[in-house]
Amino acid sequence: MDRMETPPLAKERTDGHDEPSPVSPRRLVGRSVRRLEDPRRLRGEGTYVDDVHVPGMLHATVVRSPRAHARIRSIDATEAKAAPGIVAILGARELGGDLRPIPVRLVPDERLLRYLQRPLATNRVRYVGEPVALVVARSRAAAEDAAERVEVDYEPLPPVTDASSAPPAPLFDHTPDNLASLIEEAFGNIDAAFARAERVVRLAFRTGRHSAVPMETRGLVAVPDRGAAEGRGRLTVWGPTKVTHFNRSVLAAMLGWPEHRIRLVEPDVGGGFGARGEFYPEDFLVPCAALRLGRPVKWIEDRVEHLSAINHSREQRYELALALDSDGRFLGLRAEIVNDMGAYLRTHGTVVPGLSAGMLPGPYEMQAYRCRVRCVLTNKTPTGTYRAPGRFECNAARERLIDRAARLTGIGRMDLRMRNLVRPERMPFARGTSILGEEVVYDSGDYPAALAEAVALSGFRMSVPDAVPGAGARAGAGSASGDAPEARPESRAGSAANAVPVAPARESGARAESGTRSDGGSYGREEPGRYRYGMGLACFVEKTGTGPFEGARAFLDRSGALVVATGAADLGQGLETCLAQIAGDALGVDHAGITVRHGDTDLIPHGVGSFASRGTVMAGNAVHEAVSELRTRVLERAAARLGVPPGDLAIGPGGLVRGTGGRSCTLAELAAEPGLEMVRYFRCEQMAYSHGVTVARVKVDTATGLVVPERIWLLYDVGRVVNPSIVAGQIEGGVAQGIGGSLLEELRYDDTGQFLSGSFMDYVLPGTTDVPTILHRDLGRSPSPRNPLGVKGAGEVGIAGVGGAVANAVADALADAEREDDELPLTPERVWKRVRCNPSPQTPAAAAAGGRNPV
Amino acid sequence: MKPAPFAYRDPDSVDEVLALLAEHGDDAKLLAGGQSLGPMLNMRVVSPEFIVDLNRVKALSRRGTSADGGFAIGALVRQAELEDDPAFAVAQPLAAAALPWIAHRPIRNRGTVAGSLVHADPAAEWGGIILALDARLAIRRAGAPPREVEAENFFTGILETAVEAEDLLAEIRLPPWPDGARWGFREFARRRGDFALAGVACRFEVDGAGRCRSVRIGLVGVGDTAVRARLAESVLEGEPPGAELFAAAAAAVGKEVEPLDDGHASAAYRRHLAEVVVADALAEAWEQDGRDEG
Repeated sequence: MDRMETPPLAKERTDGHDEPSPVSPRRLVGRSVRRLEDPRRLRGEGTYVDDVHVPGMLHATVVRSPRAHARIRSIDATEAKAAPGIVAILGARELGGDLRPIPVRLVPDERLLRYLQRPLATNRVRYVGEPVALVVARSRAAAEDAAERVEVDYEPLPPVTDASSAPPAPLFDHTPDNLASLIEEAFGNIDAAFARAERVVRLAFRTGRHSAVPMETRGLVAVPDRGAAEGRGRLTVWGPTKVTHFNRSVLAAMLGWPEHRIRLVEPDVGGGFGARGEFYPEDFLVPCAALRLGRPVKWIEDRVEHLSAINHSREQRYELALALDSDGRFLGLRAEIVNDMGAYLRTHGTVVPGLSAGMLPGPYEMQAYRCRVRCVLTNKTPTGTYRAPGRFECNAARERLIDRAARLTGIGRMDLRMRNLVRPERMPFARGTSILGEEVVYDSGDYPAALAEAVALSGFRMSVPDAVPGAGARAGAGSASGDAPEARPESRAGSAANAVPVAPARESGARAESGTRSDGGSYGREEPGRYRYGMGLACFVEKTGTGPFEGARAFLDRSGALVVATGAADLGQGLETCLAQIAGDALGVDHAGITVRHGDTDLIPHGVGSFASRGTVMAGNAVHEAVSELRTRVLERAAARLGVPPGDLAIGPGGLVRGTGGRSCTLAELAAEPGLEMVRYFRCEQMAYSHGVTVARVKVDTATGLVVPERIWLLYDVGRVVNPSIVAGQIEGGVAQGIGGSLLEELRYDDTGQFLSGSFMDYVLPGTTDVPTILHRDLGRSPSPRNPLGVKGAGEVGIAGVGGAVANAVADALADAEREDDELPLTPERVWKRVRCNPSPQTPAAAAAGGRNPV
Repeated sequence: MKPAPFAYRDPDSVDEVLALLAEHGDDAKLLAGGQSLGPMLNMRVVSPEFIVDLNRVKALSRRGTSADGGFAIGALVRQAELEDDPAFAVAQPLAAAALPWIAHRPIRNRGTVAGSLVHADPAAEWGGIILALDARLAIRRAGAPPREVEAENFFTGILETAVEAEDLLAEIRLPPWPDGARWGFREFARRRGDFALAGVACRFEVDGAGRCRSVRIGLVGVGDTAVRARLAESVLEGEPPGAELFAAAAAAVGKEVEPLDDGHASAAYRRHLAEVVVADALAEAWEQDGRDEG
């Protein structure tokens, strides 16, 4: 168990943060250097979109539909036009022919075109929150005053709120069944597999609608040059992020403007998580208004509109059937999935259900697979990606199915997985499915080792005693902190073992372990049998590093400082730091003096952006290539100047290039003449696949149904790690969001399509007291063979398995893993109803006699 | 999220406040801590013509022991002031124990007891507290003598109280804490700090014969308003305390409450939670050994 050794924490923290150090190869990549972004963000010196002020700026607000489904009879803006401070009201009538559909960004398909959203509803609204008009005024308050006076006459239509039942009305007259698309994935002979099966295990599973809630809402400031309204000059838009180059192309096409006259600039960004940064209706409306009015226009999304305007995600229903042979080997998996798409298809088209279909088999061998996803339109906010899109859902469904199979076959939960995991010698492993138009071929990974280590790390094998008052909690604590190796999280990046201090401050276990909350209050009384404890795990594979390319432009400025620009975006994840580490190693200089620029379409002609855990993989390798070649040029120039062969030169601290015989020059001297500049585009046709195992321990109050997550463990492998501390942040943030989706968050609608989750009183996000201690460790065995740096993406690993682990832990606690259906989020009321249906599933004595889930 | 236009007044005496209320009545809203009113203005749930800001009226900030040995809480007293006041913890252990459960500290820093009561969210903790304590609410109106309303007559409907448009809730009067009284406070919310799906403040004494006396059970979150659980009180009154009795009282609560179905919870679930919190709170009270437990 050498991996469990306590790493030299203090030492690593000292070197990691971060004095100039002697030059050695790979001296930055693999170290937890401090984030370059942090000083400005922690001091409040960042520039977020609402910090952008432009003289003469006007303010916009969006008039949104209060109805789920209705025809627009008329819009009367007479009174609104008389409101103080009003400048313009732009409705479908005013914008008319400019209202083109917003195109699909990923995997476009002609068949989807007729379900696309236009920036404003023209004659029909299809969800609560759909933009109907844009109001522009001298202040935001004046805009909101005027917006209240816009009278829209709606003729109600029957709302469609359930994707699984027969629709009461079509959303689009040309599609009576509201079925926007049918996705199929299959390999092997599924009928033969089921014919051979010793046993077939079924499960119905549902994941609730929820989505990203970045701390900073969306916003835009569109600034036209003087004369832009007459077609001269340029248009600059502050606030786009994630995919600025793509959004520029879309905006240009929709405005009928040439791309070169549009500049999109990403400011500091307070979180994205997949949802923020896509091209939304406002991304057209605000620039369009600025051009029409010839004035700068600002729009900042408020939290109320955010919750109904930003892409929702996750609402899927699964009907699964797993065929097993007598040894518990998976023969085949059948899946029928319904994905509630909401009212329109947005920029992701059907990517999310496609990811579910392509990734549902996960890390397991199986001979045959057949999956159909019905992509159904409903009168709810349109959907898109949210961190681990399609996989949070399918991993949860599959892992819950496997626990049911374990319960019904009597094979241990870990054992059943071990028998079926893809073994490392099978790598690269052709999954037989495809996602994002690309065949799924796992590049590297040791899935059985990850499971074995996760079990050791969490003490999973020891399970948790049933609810003996107090004793269960104590035993649970013991398994985590005593008998099992306590997680000194460890990361193995490159050759140096690096310690990542993981949430030492988050030892909020006190509440969980004692039945009281960390803030001193108490959930309830310890009565015999009231609290039940359970553990669950989930294995998963994560796709990362989606292509097709990303670019980097690198140059030395006249001071000899390295500047790197890329088309990737920083949504808060630490891209600047990671790229500076890679660039620093490639040139041989310290990262702290490197300037990383991103998110501005004027910096580099082509860019793809930051999504799908691709930033470090794609932009990182582009930077590595560009700066490595720049270094070659630098050394050639220095060699000529110093009269020594390039091979005898080294670049050292302070930008000093030293040759033999004491001869040296500075980078600044070399950069005095033009030419030290390099642009490289890294292309990769195949993704890199991270993997991991999430383990959850929960405490269930059977009196109230409240599930308290006591601890989460995560064993992961994300290839070579550039910055362990940043990876730790990604992991912990992802787990926290996963807790939200597993227990708390749900975007709800009533039967009329009214949106019920329009504030943080109604949409329950996890707070600090809801997120348990998170212990994680990097397996560090499997660099990606698909890129020179060997990196894989880490952005979605934290969240991918939480739903499955929590669902399994709750089923373990309630000893009802054999139930035929399950769902997320496991809200207290749902769990209470479940307990009530099965009031005393297991007495402690019965559990001891073997009634529990085998581990 | 910007309020509709309104006129703003910030008088510095109670009389001026009352005069403004007499003049503008229904068109005016009083601003104390602003923790409910602020969001409601921003979300345009309310659009009053006048905001009358109480914060300059020093007389309303008084708190402390009253002549009868009870505790008086002026209209401008912040929740956090009481939370941090050791004298309040000694004088009113039940209310003091409930304070940390009210929203979050930043909200308690500004939010006032009177503001919470007048806003009258059915799940707000203070509703249950004043019912359990037999509090009296001192109300002022221009041109009328000051009047007192008993806690049980204070709440008149959802978000409605005995405080009418021209009235100022000037002071909350908590009677002296009875020697030896036992108390419990429990609530269940999905997250700490959220409005409870069900909550209870309870208090009873045990007489020389070992029987429950002066039982008060104030429930929140399970109806239009905070309510007394009178049926459960009658189950307890005069009986020797114990687990079975508490279970019977909890069952009585389940019969008498009329919770609402809403987006947060079904009526059946709230009813059940009311039983759970009452059973827990009664047991907690019984386990106490006199008033120093707080």
